[in-house]
Amino acid sequence: MHKAYTRLERIAGSVVAVKAPDATYRELAQVSWPGGTSLAQVIRLDGERAFLQVFAGGRGLPTDARVRFLGRPMRVPASDALLGRVFDGAGRPRDRGPEIEEEGVDIAGPSVNPAKRIIPRTMVRTGIPMIDVFNTLVESQKLPIFSVPGEPYHELLARIALQAEVDRIVLGGMGLKHDDYLYFRDTLEEAGALARTVAFIHTAADPTVECLLVPDMVLAVAERFALRGERVLVLLSDMTNFADALKEVAITMEQIPSNRGYPGDLYSQLAARYEKAVDFDDAGSITILAVTTMPGDDVTHPVPDNTGYITEGQFYLRDGRIEPFGSLSRLKQLVNGTTRDDHRALMNTMIQLYAAYRETLEKRAMGFRMSEWDEQLLRYGVGFEERLMDLEVDLPLESALDVGWALLAECFEPEQTGLASALIERHWPAR
Amino acid sequence: MPNVGRIVAVSGPLVTAAFEQPVVQNEVGYAEVDGLRLKAELIRVRGDTADLQVFEDTTGLFVGGRLEFTGEMLSAELGPGLLGLVVDGLQNPLVELAEASGYFLARGQYLAPIDRERFWAFTPSVEAGASVRAGDALGTVPEGVVEHRIMVPFGWTGWWTVREVAEAGDQRVDDVVATLEDEAGRTRQVTMVQRWPVKVPIQAYRERLRPDRPLVTKIRIVDTLFPVARGGTYCIPGPFGAGKTVLQQLTSRHAEVDVVIVAACGERAGEVVETLREFPEIVDPRTGRSLMERTVIVCNTSSMPVAAREASVYTAVTVAEYYRQMGLHVLLLADSTSRWAQALREVSGRLEEIPGEEAFPAYLESVVAAFYERGGLVSLRDGSTGSVTIGGTVSPAGGNFEEPVTQATLKVVGAFHGLSRARSDARRYPAIDPLESWSHYAGVVDADDIALARTVLQEGNEVAQMMKVVGEEGTGLDDFVSYLKAEYLDGAYLQQDAFDDVDGASSAERQAVVFGEIARVLRAALRLDGKDAARRWFQTLTQATKEWNRAPWGEEAFDAGRDRVRELLEGVRGDA
Ligand SMILES: Nc1ncnc2c1ncn2[C@@H]1O[C@H](COP(=O)(O)OP(=O)(O)OP(=O)(O)O)[C@@H](O)[C@H]1O
Ligand SMILES: [Mg+2]
Repeated sequence: MHKAYTRLERIAGSVVAVKAPDATYRELAQVSWPGGTSLAQVIRLDGERAFLQVFAGGRGLPTDARVRFLGRPMRVPASDALLGRVFDGAGRPRDRGPEIEEEGVDIAGPSVNPAKRIIPRTMVRTGIPMIDVFNTLVESQKLPIFSVPGEPYHELLARIALQAEVDRIVLGGMGLKHDDYLYFRDTLEEAGALARTVAFIHTAADPTVECLLVPDMVLAVAERFALRGERVLVLLSDMTNFADALKEVAITMEQIPSNRGYPGDLYSQLAARYEKAVDFDDAGSITILAVTTMPGDDVTHPVPDNTGYITEGQFYLRDGRIEPFGSLSRLKQLVNGTTRDDHRALMNTMIQLYAAYRETLEKRAMGFRMSEWDEQLLRYGVGFEERLMDLEVDLPLESALDVGWALLAECFEPEQTGLASALIERHWPAR
Repeated sequence: MPNVGRIVAVSGPLVTAAFEQPVVQNEVGYAEVDGLRLKAELIRVRGDTADLQVFEDTTGLFVGGRLEFTGEMLSAELGPGLLGLVVDGLQNPLVELAEASGYFLARGQYLAPIDRERFWAFTPSVEAGASVRAGDALGTVPEGVVEHRIMVPFGWTGWWTVREVAEAGDQRVDDVVATLEDEAGRTRQVTMVQRWPVKVPIQAYRERLRPDRPLVTKIRIVDTLFPVARGGTYCIPGPFGAGKTVLQQLTSRHAEVDVVIVAACGERAGEVVETLREFPEIVDPRTGRSLMERTVIVCNTSSMPVAAREASVYTAVTVAEYYRQMGLHVLLLADSTSRWAQALREVSGRLEEIPGEEAFPAYLESVVAAFYERGGLVSLRDGSTGSVTIGGTVSPAGGNFEEPVTQATLKVVGAFHGLSRARSDARRYPAIDPLESWSHYAGVVDADDIALARTVLQEGNEVAQMMKVVGEEGTGLDDFVSYLKAEYLDGAYLQQDAFDDVDGASSAERQAVVFGEIARVLRAALRLDGKDAARRWFQTLTQATKEWNRAPWGEEAFDAGRDRVRELLEGVRGDA
């Protein structure tokens, strides 16, 4: 029914051009040649010529490859049959299990009508004070972990995933190291969570641009589950690889880059994915935790920068700890007004004092004499790092708040904290 | 016979169509696919092809497909019933859209924003025989807290004579409320809705005036140090997470204006949801009615089609101008203008135009300037005044203000509220940098006190810089006290707890009183016994002042708070 063509007019990077007058925009095609087969997607129409992005890349592609248009955009199966299964970046089984024969759902579907969203209200408890107290995670939040390569971000992701009370986990790997994938699989399995997990894994060994479909497939599946009323947690790693694949395609298409080679629509591309995080009016929710590695530990790099403008905060992982500065949960105020009466005030005060401690450290490094106040701050800063910042610490929110008060009382007089006297009366530990 | 073109190319949101009959720059066209009609705007003509930006996902379009030109420029519908609405950039009402098509924004679905069935109590304000011009009121209807003027459509040129006008009574928006006759004797009928091309400013006023009255936002650092004027313009650039949106949300709640238009342009859907779910529940202390009744939300969030971002800011400013024509003070808050600039960049790139800095189009500056020019204070022909105040956030790449959108904006606005990463990291909210920011407008407190405050902040900063080099021990007590005074002004006054019911919104009267006391502290010579003692004393004073900030205006606790601050000051005054 749909025509096939066997003459590629242009091959550049992963983009090919073929004379196909009846192609439609964003339609999917199957490209096959003696050496292989790949899905491709129409990314531009110009007169009779269609430009396609070949997901397996252009390497080894002959000009007489056969391009068969499928007359539909990309779909992905989205039923319970997926649970416990692992697929690759093109949606093929990666686990020796059977193909899933289903009609499936379109990926990269339309946005949720804002009028169908509700204000998120449910705190996700992690037992990590730097999260629960200072940067509270909220169901339906979209939040990346910013970090240089080598930090324990996958451990952090896995820990949150297992702690969070969710119905489904959908894992997307983009350029993931195979070992990291095995780590996730084993950790989820040990915790008995594998049976409620679906994974789409593109590894570092697969063709680069094949990872472009991963977030869309993951989110389409998550959306299906959420519409059935389930609370879904999506884990994505590493979104920087996804952005780099976008860059590669943009450059091949000779688009004018906006910033360090990245296309001008990087913001919109990332937003289209992250905005799938949602708390539905009368159905389930999607929470997104993603890893964004920062080249050169530079937050102003276009990938973390654009991400920060899209997501609802970020956890900034450095030296194995979640940094108080740079880390932010923008949804925290939706939940921390009702956790405990001292939560908000304590959170702000402790961070302000920690900021002052950092200044004192600088002064000390310059060799300046330490004032009485500096000495107080030094005691406080060390205590803060040991008792609250260390990722080994695993405490329920309420106990972590108590630890905070105890620390303040050990280091300061009440009026030095700037806390409201009513709170001080209620919570300041008696000596 | 409709004017139909044929699609010859598709690239992202951009389609190119060949046409035969004449077309009009900026006219609306509809690209057809799978029985749907996708709205688009013509943005360039070259030879016998036209480039259009499509306001919808272009999946499925194909070469040879139909594209119908309408001849009408992209327009907004104006009339009673806009207040309280939540619309997308093309003015589709989102709540109604959800009823029609469920969870998702199905493409190609267009609904009229204004309810056709609702009755409005019309009262004529002219009589038959009167002479009127575009923008003159023919009658009014009460729309919530607003007296909504039904005006001669802005696009009708010349003088008209009223032939007939409806009597007082209930009318629907499409009912004819007046019949007018032009100088050549042709008659036309006026209903309560009119359409206006969004990219053209409405200019049915007598003259533009200089913005001279402050627009009170109840945010202390703004009203006191960097005021906004009614009819003025201002911008809030800042890195991600620095607090731009929170500032705008606070302003949209507390600002002393008649109507607020929230333009959520290319930002998070969740932020719009907060406004649209919360505002109906919040009572506006000025009117006793729900805040939603004075608010219009125009949203094109980041995952909605890119081309419609541009439409959203223009739709928003057109609705703002419309209410200004009724003698009202309107505040337009646009978050974020950078997303709109990026949409321009994206389309410009697809058009293969020669790029300027950071690949933004060369015309970025003039587009930004023209947008802010639509703000202003005007006197209307009936003697009343109305205003549109525009506040736009800017999201500079990498948080660096030396980038094209920030720079283009700074050239045209009257006030600059620059947010700093250092302040937001240290949780010094609002994170408006008191040293970098500026305003050309007059504020709500004593001008001498403001000058004093600026000096104190400058000096404090100089001492802080110096202390980094020579340490506290190398700093004299006087300098150290200057530093502490600046810290006090910042901590106890410029910073404000957005989540405290009382501290979150500070009236102009309150600011004058509190700032007056603070200025006394800043002026006073203090007898303090060494640096540690000085720091202690300022910590106690800061604590007391913050406590005072949380005491409700007009209650005993407020007076007690002031007394406590005075008492502390008297205890150490050196010049008493
Ligand atoms: N005035 C304030 N008081 C208390 N917290 C604030 C204030 N302003 C900002 N914050 C905190 O900072 C977070 C981020 O603020 P906001 O969303 O306004 O940033 P933004 O500048 O709009 O960022 P983006 O450019 O990414 O949209 C808020 O969610 C809140 O937690
Ligand atoms: Mg914002």
